[in-house]
Amino acid sequence: MFKRLKAGFESLKAGLARTHNAILGGVESAVTGASREEFLEKLEESLITSDVGIKASTEIVDSLRTKLVGWGNGEKFREYLRDAIYDILKEVEKPLEVDKSPFVIMVLGVNGVGKTTTIGKLASRYSAEGRSVMLAAGDTFRAAAIEQLEGWGKRAGCPVVRQEQGGDPGAVVFDAMKAARARGADVVILDTAGRLHTKVNLIEELKKVNRVASRELPGAPHEKLLVLDASTGQNAINQARIFNEAVGVTGIALTKLDGTARGGIIIPIARELKIPIRFVGVGEGIDDLREFNARDFVEALV
Amino acid sequence: MLESLSEKFRKILKDVRGLGAISEANVQEALKEVRLALLEADVNFTVVKDFIAIVKEKAMGKEVLESLSPGQQFTKIVHDELTALLGGENSGLELSGKPAVIMLVGLQGSGKTTTTAKLAYHLKSKGRNPYIVPADLFRLAAVLQLKKLASEIKVDCFDSEGMNNPPEICREAVRIAALKGYDILLVDTAGRLHIDGTLMEELKTLKEILKPSEILFVADSMTGQDAVNTARGFNEAIGVTGVVLTKFDGDARGGAALSMRLTTGRPIKFIGTGEKLDCLEVFHPSRLAGRILDMGDVLTLIEKAQTTFDEKQSKELQQKLKKDTFTLEDFKNQLQQIKKLGSIESILSMVPGFSALKQARDLKVDEKDLSRIEAIINSMTMKERVDPSILNASRRQRISKGSGTKVQEVNKLINQYSDMRKMIKKLRSSGGKGIKGLFQNRM
Repeated sequence: MFKRLKAGFESLKAGLARTHNAILGGVESAVTGASREEFLEKLEESLITSDVGIKASTEIVDSLRTKLVGWGNGEKFREYLRDAIYDILKEVEKPLEVDKSPFVIMVLGVNGVGKTTTIGKLASRYSAEGRSVMLAAGDTFRAAAIEQLEGWGKRAGCPVVRQEQGGDPGAVVFDAMKAARARGADVVILDTAGRLHTKVNLIEELKKVNRVASRELPGAPHEKLLVLDASTGQNAINQARIFNEAVGVTGIALTKLDGTARGGIIIPIARELKIPIRFVGVGEGIDDLREFNARDFVEALV
Repeated sequence: MLESLSEKFRKILKDVRGLGAISEANVQEALKEVRLALLEADVNFTVVKDFIAIVKEKAMGKEVLESLSPGQQFTKIVHDELTALLGGENSGLELSGKPAVIMLVGLQGSGKTTTTAKLAYHLKSKGRNPYIVPADLFRLAAVLQLKKLASEIKVDCFDSEGMNNPPEICREAVRIAALKGYDILLVDTAGRLHIDGTLMEELKTLKEILKPSEILFVADSMTGQDAVNTARGFNEAIGVTGVVLTKFDGDARGGAALSMRLTTGRPIKFIGTGEKLDCLEVFHPSRLAGRILDMGDVLTLIEKAQTTFDEKQSKELQQKLKKDTFTLEDFKNQLQQIKKLGSIESILSMVPGFSALKQARDLKVDEKDLSRIEAIINSMTMKERVDPSILNASRRQRISKGSGTKVQEVNKLINQYSDMRKMIKKLRSSGGKGIKGLFQNRM
């Protein structure tokens, strides 16, 4: 048990290694020899280049300024930095609880953020927990999106409710809700087409899909999971805000955190939107979609 | 598109434009704002630093201080430097080799597959004979996706059935292309991280086999600070020849666009501006700089109109306007042509000052309005379209039922139409001065 947890933490740490270096790399040398202000300026720069954003970066740096009085305790900056970031992230650490059956998860987001892959990973996770999972191919727009979801369904061993490409996503959801009740599925995951948050008509379509789900199954979708690509810059905040206004996002999955100096975007998202962060994706493997843990995340980050 | 950045620039420049003379303090203050705007737009930190330094140097130079309107001069400097940052002149595709090979590379989810199809469509419409090669075997159904897109645009697609490694696919595709006489090969590759050694090696192998004249790095225009590292990583590993920025129709602030050119030294060649397969624009640096500064992009608008509008129809329309025989049917045809140009918002965003206007009036453009007007006209008989004066109450009611609109909407359309007729008449009667006079009245 502990070994598995430990291994999980290591993969998180490995995934965030670049962000870690981006934040701390330029700063650590500045602890010795530089003045407090020089150091803080360096730190602010590091935070901005890690996509933390101007407002959140300034806020973090300001909070450090008051703590690093006298600059005699410069070596303690890491502890303070962790505290400052943890204070922001702990607010959004609320794991997704699948406490109903059927429990309907609607997955949404802009194009190319990894919605279908996230669904595949979620399906495997819940199947492995012994729940019966059903997928619904609500992306009827993109060529071969349905087949892609079916591929994931096959891997996780769960059925996929589908119609033809170009069909009405509302109808797919209608079918899925019916099928879920008839077959007694525990978890239903609805895929939706990727849509830019600026396209009014596509956002309207999403609202409709949402309405169909709740009409056919009161309370559904129980989770409206917004998938955000961690390599997205400050635009991720706009995406979250607009999707939230449209359908009321209840959770966020932050994908593609691995590999490069990303990940800082999680801080302004948590700070400004306060939407629970359910999952973080730190690699391509099925186990690399991890439940978000603020403490682990901060430890791996700085 | 780029609204938030251009809005910020507008505010900054408005403050500066009004100044009779520029002092160092003015410039300092404006540049501080410019810096903030750029950073919030995800322009790379180092790029921002350099940009500010250059603009400052030029703005403080003699040139500005001696010019009549220093504020305008400052705007010009920012525009020129933005253009330079974006890569100066437009550079077309390098298509040498028989067949010429274009390879598309990039991160997962950046839009390579869609861009491959868009590019094929673009080249086909230029009279070329492209061949699509799907070499992404990693993502589920990626090959199928490209096959479907290819058949949609009626471009041939290499059949990789039964093959399980990209080098084999590429070798075979090159052979077949030579046999069948395709002149351009478009190769879609799997998404990968630039720090993934094994996968980058694979790209090098593919490059050796394909000897491409273009390796296009496909990047999401919403990418954050790391965009430059990724672009640089790909460039250093396999030598990128150009960049395609995708999802440009969102509200991305264009930061990636501003940074990427500078850090890779490679030009941005295309931008993806919509989900449809004809939504790929050739990239023009100075025009984008204009859009960022809310100076509009009239050139692109004119080009779009030229390629979309039917010349014969336009001539006929002119005749009709002259002879005052412009009917509702003609009006409908006009609407359809305008719709072909793209979304109304995207058209208007190219008009100078539109972003400011939109901000001021909280303007929302409803595409559905156009469809409703079309529906109303469609519900009329041909006789009614030619002579709307016969539209009595019962006819109007029938039309509103047929088009699923309210009678008031039908009335509104008819009133607007007759207003338009009056305007045309006025134009005709006052001859050449008419147009000018008309606008003067309105302004």
